[in-house]
Amino acid sequence: MDVKTEQNEGITVLFVRDDRLDANNSEELKAEFHRLFGSGTKDLVVDLSEVLFIDSSGLGVLVSGYKNASAQHGTLKLSNLQLQVKSMFELTRLHRVFDIFSTVEDALQSYT
Amino acid sequence: MNNNIDIAITFPAHTRHLRVVGRIGHMAVQELDCPEEVRNTLSDQLAVVLTEGVVNAIKHAGCSDPNGKIQVRITLTNDNLVVRIYDTGVGFDLDGIPDPCFTSCGMEDKGRGIFILRSLMDRVEYIRTEEGNVLEMRKKLA
Repeated sequence: MDVKTEQNEGITVLFVRDDRLDANNSEELKAEFHRLFGSGTKDLVVDLSEVLFIDSSGLGVLVSGYKNASAQHGTLKLSNLQLQVKSMFELTRLHRVFDIFSTVEDALQSYT
Repeated sequence: MNNNIDIAITFPAHTRHLRVVGRIGHMAVQELDCPEEVRNTLSDQLAVVLTEGVVNAIKHAGCSDPNGKIQVRITLTNDNLVVRIYDTGVGFDLDGIPDPCFTSCGMEDKGRGIFILRSLMDRVEYIRTEEGNVLEMRKKLA
């Protein structure tokens, strides 16, 4: 899975750079979450602007990351959900669980 | 004019083929004679249904053998969509899979894939036969 991470005043931003987040690559994102949280990341923004398709496996990995963050009193927030991704969050009611922002900047702003 | 589309695809039981299966579903929907917005919504839904159904066959119906094969059949008319996903695994109990527990803030993972299938399609059945199993899903379009 192609990902890019950036640091912004203590907040890690992870950009998912695949157009699909599904059963074929979601475990790779899970491993990335483990690596980040295992190396001290507390607050994480996951940017999904390039993800045009998500399935239940992709949703499950984001839930897993959210639980990881919560377990160590951190946060996992989402930004830039595309149409299909947004509709899947709404269908599964996960939009009620996650803090979802239109842009990375808005997500970062929420920490100040 | 008869606009019926009937597509059968057979491919190795591995998740790396999900993308191509989704694309085939997308192309089939684009042939429908309906407004573009309706086509695009249905195309997104079919891509999800195909992905969830195939992953289910690979992971839960015992088709994790990389030499195993999955067969998908898409039958599409202006009135109906039928998706059948065939597997030769041990099968599973569709009715035994609960909806995800929304009372725990939607955090329960178990059953989310089947919940999505049931939400997007009108009827979802898993039929076991001696020759193999089929996940059959129907949706009325008009």
